[in-house]
This record gives sequence, structure tokens and C-alpha cells, in this order.
Amino acid sequence: MSRGQPRFAIVVFPGSNCDQDCYHVATELLGCEAEYVWHRDTDLKGADVVILPGGFAYGDYLRAGALARFSPVMESVTRFAMDGGPVLGICNGFQVLLEAGLLPGAVRVNRGLRYVCRDVHMRVENASTPFTRLYEPGEVVRMPVGHGEGNYTAPPETLTELEYESGVVFRYCDEAGRVTDEANPNGATAGIAGIANRDGNIVGLMPHPDRCAEGLLGNEVGRKMFESAVSSLAESKV
Amino acid sequence: MTITAELIAEHNLSSEEYGRIVDILGREPNLVELGVFSAMWSEHCSYKSSRIHLKNLPTTGPRVIQGPGENAGIVDIGDGLAVAFKMESHNHPSFIEPYQGAATGVGGILRDVFTMGARPIASLDSLRFGQLAAPRMRHLVDGVVRGIAGYGNCIGIPTVGGETTFHPAYDRNILVNVMNVGVVPSHRIFRGRAEGTGNPVIYVGSKTGRDGIHGATMASEEFAGDETRQKRPTVQVGDPFTEKLLMEACLELFGIDAVVGIQDMGAAGLTSSSFEMAGRAGSGLEIDLSKVPVRETGMTPYEILLSESQERMLLVARRDRLDTVLEVFAKWELEAVVIGQVTDSGRVVAFFEGRIVADLPAAPLSERAPVYDRPRVAPTPVLSRGWENLPEPGSYGACLRRILASENVAQKSWIWTQYDHMVGTNTVERPGGDAAVVRVKGTSKAIAVKSDVNPFFCTSDPYRGAAIAVAEAARSIAATGARPLAVTDCLNFGSPERPEIMGQFEAAVRGLSDACRALSTPVVSGNVSFYNETDGRPIPPTPTVGMVGLLEDVDRRVKMPFRRDGDAVALLGNSRDELGASEFLRTVHGRDDGPCPEVDLDAERRLVELLVRLAEERRVASAHDVSDGGLAVALAECAMAGGLGVLVRLESDVRPSALLFGETTGRALITFAPGDEGSIGAAARAAGVPFDAIGLVRGGRLTIEVNGRALLDEPVAALSEIWTTSFARAMEESAEVL
Repeated sequence: MSRGQPRFAIVVFPGSNCDQDCYHVATELLGCEAEYVWHRDTDLKGADVVILPGGFAYGDYLRAGALARFSPVMESVTRFAMDGGPVLGICNGFQVLLEAGLLPGAVRVNRGLRYVCRDVHMRVENASTPFTRLYEPGEVVRMPVGHGEGNYTAPPETLTELEYESGVVFRYCDEAGRVTDEANPNGATAGIAGIANRDGNIVGLMPHPDRCAEGLLGNEVGRKMFESAVSSLAESKV
Repeated sequence: MTITAELIAEHNLSSEEYGRIVDILGREPNLVELGVFSAMWSEHCSYKSSRIHLKNLPTTGPRVIQGPGENAGIVDIGDGLAVAFKMESHNHPSFIEPYQGAATGVGGILRDVFTMGARPIASLDSLRFGQLAAPRMRHLVDGVVRGIAGYGNCIGIPTVGGETTFHPAYDRNILVNVMNVGVVPSHRIFRGRAEGTGNPVIYVGSKTGRDGIHGATMASEEFAGDETRQKRPTVQVGDPFTEKLLMEACLELFGIDAVVGIQDMGAAGLTSSSFEMAGRAGSGLEIDLSKVPVRETGMTPYEILLSESQERMLLVARRDRLDTVLEVFAKWELEAVVIGQVTDSGRVVAFFEGRIVADLPAAPLSERAPVYDRPRVAPTPVLSRGWENLPEPGSYGACLRRILASENVAQKSWIWTQYDHMVGTNTVERPGGDAAVVRVKGTSKAIAVKSDVNPFFCTSDPYRGAAIAVAEAARSIAATGARPLAVTDCLNFGSPERPEIMGQFEAAVRGLSDACRALSTPVVSGNVSFYNETDGRPIPPTPTVGMVGLLEDVDRRVKMPFRRDGDAVALLGNSRDELGASEFLRTVHGRDDGPCPEVDLDAERRLVELLVRLAEERRVASAHDVSDGGLAVALAECAMAGGLGVLVRLESDVRPSALLFGETTGRALITFAPGDEGSIGAAARAAGVPFDAIGLVRGGRLTIEVNGRALLDEPVAALSEIWTTSFARAMEESAEVL
């Protein structure tokens, strides 16, 4: 890592549809370099951060993320992540990380059986990952969701592990930070909106930080997730 | 096979039309050719009953780059960019199979926009349903919404706006009108033209199946009895994933100068795309149907030509770039096959297994289809049945609550939260305000989009109703600060073979024309949907208007919600004693008669100009168009959305129910710092717009006094609770029946 600005790799699966939104945040809003990486490529082009964007990879046919994990690029993403590289999966990207086994658990169809697109509130449960370090622990943030399958679940032992090892990164809550059933848009177990692996370098979440990263859209809170990655890389370079 | 009278009738062709075919060919057609004529001359493809009236619409203007006749209309927005947009109906298939019907409607309109070279950035849907209690109606509402969501969300184009109306007149014919807007570099627009003799003709996308054969003819017939079940096989099935790949591949190709012309295989499939592309260019085509990728074995040339399988495109490539084109499609994992070439014969010749199966002149089919001046009876505007004598309500507050809870006025978040309305990160103003506002990345501009029509007004008076639809769309767009640019329309009517329907149609088109001329918003694209009737009962005339406006500076947009405690509220425009066809009459008195409100198009134009100027000069804090439910509902919407109350004092000799709930046109609400009242009032007077400072934003109650008497005093939070939850409750009420 010798360059000044970190470089984002944005993986494009057939059916990804937030790839350009993530690219816009990385380049236009943060002034970083970014490269699209087509799912059949295996070269991450020297990226410092890898983003798996939202969308409907392979149409989400069979099951969200189920086919995308077989894409050749996922081998490179896995290697990059195992070497400690920061990887962020947003929405469908999170589903791909789950299907690929890079994060534990699974998502089911939303409790209400409908796609839901609206703002939700989340509490930052772990502010020490490379994607959340600029948030305050316990901070309540408002971000949009847009998904039909976001109902996170995992075996009891995995859930226990997540809870004890700070694996839960975001939890749905109300405006005041209370984790309630009404504040949960999809029925996710324990209000889990986002998780990390044990080392914290792989983070996945259902809500969309890419959709709330500039004032024009009425909300800039999501930008901090991208900026966290930049600041974390800057620090690791020192 | 000889062509019998039965075959001709089965193909929905009249004996006169058959005679015309024989004249054009100088011989009898074969069965394949008969199928081609049937599809191309269907009402849906040929506009044979509407053309004579549509030619009166204003279609040109300084910003118009492409008017009607192409896949979508295009309007210049400056800085080397243009917007492509169109609205289309998918009414018949959606009634038969709501999910796939609506989904493929979205798919079709997206293809229309991206074939012009544009990247789609926003969709809208304009829906008309029957009463929720009608048979299958909740199933239809649920299915249509899921279908639009299923397709739009997957392909990743946000659905940012629309409107929904419920009325028993749509019990057996629902309307699903979908609109899409895309952005295209103005120097790089593509058209559906087959040019350059010897250039290859490429088929790309899904394989051709037996689905949707005669979809275009189906959309050109009315329903009878329980036909909807039997007709299900004519509805196509959508695959948004393939369309996403198709869209990205085409957009990639458009950037590298390899494509000569391109067209979606929509209604009437390969037939309409090949004949229209050759017809427009004055060229010819040779295509080999044996090369068309098919889903099933044993498909006949007739079926291949007429299939309406979705997610297919026909394109003509530059001969020297063929390899590049095929490589790009291969990258996107799409099946692309060269099926023929452009000729200069003026004919479309189709081969199958080495023999000619159809040999027809291109132009007479696509551009010289029959034109009918069908008999018509001028509509008689509906007059009062005496509601002027209805007593004034005991509680105006109770009336407001009932109207806010009504299916037509209640907030439709139940619908739009199922649509991804944010993907693309351009949605600056989300659904629920006046018009949706979508920024154009790489510029300081944004576009405002709105669909509109009040079918109750149109029932009462099709001319005025249609004119009001245009005026209201323009007002909604101007309320955001955007300048209205142009219109697409989707004209939904009953059977054109009935003189009273043609009378409605003629009057509505005249209303659209007059309003579009007055507001300088030419019609650049559109669609006509006739035969929306079942067992002889037609829908109300429903000329849906889709309008696009331009905000030069997205930071100067104006929002609907009240913003600051203490702001002054002014009403622009006059209130008249009009209650006809209002939501108040329907909801409170259970009657939908009465005259349509008047419309003064010059006054509408002045109001639009004023709203745009006030926004440009950053002089207003909020603005909102007054429409369904009248002034009280408009005030409530601003209050509920802003979480702020308002105290309004009106002086008027208009009867209180009409003053509060009448739907007089040409009005808007604005708020501003109280000190600016003098200057804004002066600006309004100078612009020739009536200005009345009516109140103050304050507290948490909506209070309206008329002539010194408090008529209405409601807590905003309670109104909001009713407004935001009623529709979901009405939908979920018998969810188990779904």
C-alpha cells in the first residue's frame, strides 16, 4: 500500500445495481480511486478496499446471493479478506458474503413477506471495525433499507458468538435507540442489521450507506462508513 | 392454406381491411402474412381509430428533439443532455394476471427508453382500481404492486412516483400505466431505423416462446364474461434479470459507435420491430426465422413472428463492428444471433428452413395502416343532480378525517415502500410530495416528474378533465420549482367502435391539445389503450398525463412540507363555489355527480410561471398544489408532512364546504417568512395571480376559520395517523382472502 489515496474495488455481478452508487460515493464524494471488477475477473486491481454492492446478482434466482458466490471473483475476494483486507457487503453484497461463508448466518424473506424500502434507525453496536470506526459506540443512525430478504438468522451458538465477540455491528432500533419489534423492518433475529467477522475486516449490512452519503439526498450519515475505511487504511499505512 | 372468412375474423380483421391487404399485395396473403397484418393493423399497433385525432396534438417545441413515432420522446435539457420518456398501458394483461401483467409493463417501457440510448433513471406508475371490496380487487392491487416492484426493484430503476385511484367503474377493467424517464447525451440518440444495405440484423435477448402470441390483438378487444381465465396464456412472463443484462449491454454498445438502429420487440414482437425499423428507414430486411433462438421445438414461422416473449431486441449493427457487438453481448452472457440483413428492396422477406414464408412491403404495414374516422357522439357534460341543496355538514373536522382516510386521498406509502424508490441515488424528493425530483448526476440540474389525471372530472367532462390533468401536472411540477417541459400521455378509453366513446376520446384529445399549447408542454410520446370495457360497460375516460419538468439548479427546489413555525401561508388563485366530482361528494355524500370544475388555462400558465420564479429567486419556504380533497386536504398534507400546525383565516362568500373541500383548479399554497408578504404579494399581482395571505404556520393543530367562525380545529398528529395508516389497513383488512 504505497499510494496516497486508497483504492476501492467495486465488484459487479450480473444483476448488481448499486455498483454505480458505490462508485459515485468513492470517487465523487470521497475523491478516492475506484475500479469496477467484473465478476469473471480474478484481479482486484490492487484494491485496498473491496465493496460488494447491492442489487439482484443473478436476479436473486434460487436464493439471494446463492449463485453469485460461485463467480470467479469471489475466490479473489476471499483471499483478500483472509489476508485482512477490508470487505464491505451492502444489502445484496451482504447476502453474497453470507452465501460465500465469509460471514455467518443467513437471511430469509422479510417477516411481512413484502419488499420494504424506507428509512430505518440502527444503533452502532461495534464502532471499531474498519467501516464503523468514525461512528460513536451506541450512536443511532438513520439509513434507508431496500430489500425483500433481510430477515437475518443464525444457529443459536453462532448468535451467542456474534453477541459475545462484538460480531453485531448494527442493530435496528427506534429513534431513541431502543431495540423494539416495531423498529425492525424485516424480523431479523435480535434486530441484527449488520455483522462482522471475528477480525472485524469483513462487514455486511442490509441498510444502504451508499444511499445516504450526501446532503443533497437529505442524509450524509452513510458516508462515514466509506470514510471509516479510508481513515483506517491511512492509519495502517503509518 | 386458404384464407377463409373465419380466419380473417379470428385475426380481428374486417372484410374491408382484408380487401385492402389483397390490394396492397396484389394477391391473397398466406397465413403467416395474415398474422403479420393482423398484428400490425391491430388498434394497439396501428392507432387506426385514434390517429386522426392525435395529429392535432402539439408535438413540437424548441426543446423537442424527438416527437411521437419513435420508441420514446426526447427533450433537450441543456449541457449536452436530453431526457427520453414515455408512458404505456398494460391494462388488459394486468387484469388477467396482475403480477406478470404489471411487471412486463415496466419491462416494456424501460426497453422503450433505453433503446433510444438513454439510461433509465426513474419510473412512475399511474394505477386505477375498482373498489377494494370488488371480487379479486385486493388480489389485483397486491399483484400489480408486487409486479411493478418485482421488476423495477430487480433491474434497479427506482419507482419514484405515481398515483392510484379507486372507483367501482374500474371493477372489471383496471388500468396499469407505467412511465419511465431516462437521460441521454443529446448527440448520441438511437432510433429504430434499419439503415445501411448489407448491415447485419441481430436478434438478442431471451429465446422466443409461444407466450403472448396475439397480445396486441388481445389488447384491442374488450373482455366478455369470464374470458380473463382463458386468456391467461396470452400474458407474457417477465425476466428482469435478463433485461438488466440487455440494458447494460446495449448502453455499453451505444458508447462505442457500433449500432445503427435498435428496437424493442414489444407488442407484436419480431413483426412490429422488423416492419417498423424498415418502414421508418425506407429500407428492407431479409430475416431467417430458422435462426431465431426458440424455447420450444416445433415452433412455426407464424408463432416466431408473432410471439411477444419479453426481453428481446432487434438491432442493426455496423457491418465492420459486428464482432465487437457480439463480444459485448457475450460478455453480458446474452444470446445474440445474426438473423438477417438490411436490403434496399422496401420489403420484409422472412425465410424459414430455406423457403420464403412472408414477403411483404414494409411501409404499408407500419406507416400506411388503415385510418378510421369513427362515428362519434359529443359527450354531454354531467350536470348537478341537486347537490347544491345538500345541507352543510355538521362537523367539517369529521369530513376532513373521512376524506383523509378515503382510499383515493389516503397516503399510499403501503404501495411506494414496496418499490425501491432510491436506487441510483438520484431521488432527491421521494414519493409523497407534489412531483418526484430526480437529480441528473454530473450537472446541477434535476428533473421533476409527475403523472396525473382525475377520472371523475373526465367522466363529467372529458374535455375539461383532460385539460385539467395537464394543468395539474404542470402545477405539481412548478410547485417543486421546476419548469414544465413536455408531456407523454396514455389515453385509456372504452371501445372506439362506440360513438359515445369516440366522442369522449375526441373531446379529451382536444382538452390535452389546448392545455399543452397553453402551457407550452408539447406531447412527445404516448400510447392509446382502447377496449377497456367488460360486457359493454366502459371505464371512465382516463387520459393519463405524464409530465417532465426541469430544475436548472437542484438546490433551488421547493418542498411540500411546512418548514418553520411562524411562516406566513398564502393561497395563490381563486376559490370558486365548485363541489362537482369532488372527493368530498364521493366520500361524505356517496355521490359522484356534478359538473367538472372550470379550468382557465391562461391563469394556470401565470400560476406556473409565478411558482417557478419564486423558486428561482428562493423566496418561498414550501409550496403545494391544491387538488384532490381541496384546500383543507392540501393544508393538512403540508402540515402532516412537516409535523407543524397552521392557523388559517378565510374571508369568502363561497359556501364553506366548497371553500374547504371543493376542487377548484388553478390554486397552490406557498409559505414564506412573514416579512416577505408585501414583496411576494406584489410579485403575484404583477404576474396576474390572485394572492391571499390566509394564515400562519404554528403549533400542532390545523385550524380553519371562515368569516370569523372556527369551522375546523384538529390536532395534526391525529390527522396524520389517519392519513398514513388508513390505506394499509384497508389493504390488510382481508389479507387472508388474497
